Amino acid sequence: MISVSPNSASEKLDLANLTDEQRALEIKNLSLYYGEDRALHDISMSVPKHGVTAFIGPSGCGKSTLLRCINRMNDLVESCKVKGDILLHGKNIYDKGVDVAALRRRIGMVFQRPNPFPKSVYENVVYGLRLQGVKDRRVLDEAVERSLRGAALWDEVKDRLNASAFSLSGGQQQRLVIARSIAIEPEILLLDEPTSALDPISTLTIEELITDLKQKYTVVIVTHNMQQAARVSDQTAFLYMGQLIEYANTDTLFTTPMEKRTEDYITGRYG
Amino acid sequence: MKQWFRTGKPWIWLTAGAVSVSLVAVIGLVLMIGWRGLSFFWPTAIHQMTIETTTGETRTLIGEVYDSEEVPIDRVRQSGVEVDASEGELITRYLMKIGNREYVPLDFTWVVEPTIIDDQTPTDMAIIERTKDGNFYGRIVAIEQQGERIANHQERDFRDVLFERVERAVELHEQGLDLQEDEIGRINYLLSELGLEERRLKLEGQLTEQALAELDAERERLQADYQQLEKQLFAIRDKASRDTLIVEDFRGEEVAIPLYRVLDVNFPNDMHLLAKIGHFFQQIGKFVSEPPREANTEGGVFPAIFGTVFMVLLMSVIVTPFGVVAAIYLHEYAGKNPVTKLIRIAVINLAGVPSIVYGVFGLGFFVYMVGGSIDQVFYPEALPNPTFGTPGVLWSAITLAILTLPVVIVSTEEGLARIPSTLREGSLALGATKWETIWRIIVPMASPAIMTGLILAVARAAGEVAPLMLVGVVKSAPMLPVDGNFPYFHLDRKFMHLGFHIYDVGFQSPNVEASRPLVYATSFLLITVIVGLNLTAIGVRNHLREKYRALEQ
Repeated sequence: MISVSPNSASEKLDLANLTDEQRALEIKNLSLYYGEDRALHDISMSVPKHGVTAFIGPSGCGKSTLLRCINRMNDLVESCKVKGDILLHGKNIYDKGVDVAALRRRIGMVFQRPNPFPKSVYENVVYGLRLQGVKDRRVLDEAVERSLRGAALWDEVKDRLNASAFSLSGGQQQRLVIARSIAIEPEILLLDEPTSALDPISTLTIEELITDLKQKYTVVIVTHNMQQAARVSDQTAFLYMGQLIEYANTDTLFTTPMEKRTEDYITGRYG
Repeated sequence: MKQWFRTGKPWIWLTAGAVSVSLVAVIGLVLMIGWRGLSFFWPTAIHQMTIETTTGETRTLIGEVYDSEEVPIDRVRQSGVEVDASEGELITRYLMKIGNREYVPLDFTWVVEPTIIDDQTPTDMAIIERTKDGNFYGRIVAIEQQGERIANHQERDFRDVLFERVERAVELHEQGLDLQEDEIGRINYLLSELGLEERRLKLEGQLTEQALAELDAERERLQADYQQLEKQLFAIRDKASRDTLIVEDFRGEEVAIPLYRVLDVNFPNDMHLLAKIGHFFQQIGKFVSEPPREANTEGGVFPAIFGTVFMVLLMSVIVTPFGVVAAIYLHEYAGKNPVTKLIRIAVINLAGVPSIVYGVFGLGFFVYMVGGSIDQVFYPEALPNPTFGTPGVLWSAITLAILTLPVVIVSTEEGLARIPSTLREGSLALGATKWETIWRIIVPMASPAIMTGLILAVARAAGEVAPLMLVGVVKSAPMLPVDGNFPYFHLDRKFMHLGFHIYDVGFQSPNVEASRPLVYATSFLLITVIVGLNLTAIGVRNHLREKYRALEQ
């Protein structure tokens, strides 16, 4: 087995045989049903630490569903049933007695459309901290600056922290949402098509930000944009019809795909 | 034609027509009530009419013309008035308010036009508002001070002297009233509290010699204060009874009117426009700030305004949290199953229950059951006199809160449903529990919808009269539900209400003609109060909407 530094994206990881230190998350035989419909078929994969893992695939292939399984967002859907395990530090997050709120503090999520709360920029960022009962103004101020800098937004909003979050542009709002997520220092950050509602320049800013974020966090991103996956991710998983077709390091997947269906998709024959 | 139908134009006309009809109805209603209500306060001329009676004698009438109508000659003849006119003709008759209730059987009379020999509006005719027996119309001849004439109407500064003396008398009158209501009222209240305290100690078996002595000492102290105040009051009354007006009435006789019974003197025939406008606003001010007199047919409606607003506010305080909490449970926590559906339908249908049914329920359940139990547990010393076991403002507010609960629940639920799920998810993804998400994100964002529910609830509650007649409204309440005596809010007290006041003045009054303008004025005031309450709520809602504008994204 090749020894790789976890921070180095350029070196290839053996995704099938990650050590415990390299692995942020392990998905084992995961299936998901919406009532009678099976949306995910027996998916198994490991997400390495401090890298960007992208889920790609045509619409309706289950990539967002899989992402929402990781922080149990699918619990909100009434008819949804999950089988199989997702292991975080060796513990199944679907075990009984798992504190879902605590789990979501460790696995943050950013959604397709920017969803800032109807509060000021400042209050948006400290929302998670306030939930944890942090009241010390100094701690909150520091967290705001750190998070906004981390989300590459500080310079733009530092003079209007008390303005409504709605006064920001769409791209700024999405970065605010990212800042809000990293304010509570999660281990893993899930991004669900974070740029699909944004213009190209905002998209570029966010993509640069994602590359920065992986220094501290494990990032899992869902995207329908293959160029984006190729630009920002270290590993890519291709899903099709609820099945994991291929999972490999990004440059391998895009240059020498093992599967015919992967090749068809990335060359634009369907999707 | 078919083509025209297909363009959709008939629809536009139909819909626009519906809107116009509604608009005309609303504006017409407000204008009519506003005009009739407000014109009551405008000073009208005092006529001095000489009329010929059926027996051929002449008679003089002094008063205001309230109304006029065209009637067929036959009807006039049937009522026993002989007039020279040909068959089938219409003649005018006037309704005159002649006041002077102690000298005439009715202070309103009809005058048929052809019988009028002479009609004048002399400038020295005065209208004298009194604390008893209504208005007096006549010519003020002189002022007497302790039986001696000190001013005569021929003198040039007569009116100055008159107004000065009237002002003094009114001031003294008010001083007396204040003393009676505040100080003496407080002592009476404390005395009755002492009595209750004694009975309570007795019931608990703790009425020791010492406690009794203390109570007696306290009582004596209050009695002494009372004597003192009573002396003051008598002194004020003595002072007030110094002056007397000598007025020549419609019969030409001189009548003495003690000034301490006079509230205001005006010469409407001698007023220019500006004075009339000033008088108009002054009368409106009196109407909204003074308590009613003489079985509600005179004076103002302040206690009714206060009662209405206080009761509605109390109801809002009760209904909002209840409705919001119920709506949150129904929308956020209750499972989506037939039982929930059934509950929701039941809640919506509650809004259709006739309000009098709520009144009966409030009387049976709140007043007798809950109130009766409260009395037995907390106020045994007052029994058999009920404290809360009798209709009162609290029970009225609670009954109306139940009546308006469905409105608040339905609009809150609608508001909750409109909040985008992405915001919920955003909060949950940050590690918030469902409860934290509801409390910190959902409820603030639903607050405009909650306010909408409250606006509808207030609009419905402020106009509701029927249930209140069973659970707390009275014709005349001696004390307001809020005063300076501890504990300041007396929720057990009965109260007056503008809606009930309209009913009472309009349909229970012994003097129908006198009260008709009051009915319009009070109706207009009720509309104003409701609109005022609603505008306040709408203002708050718009502010909240501005704050939580996420929905329009």
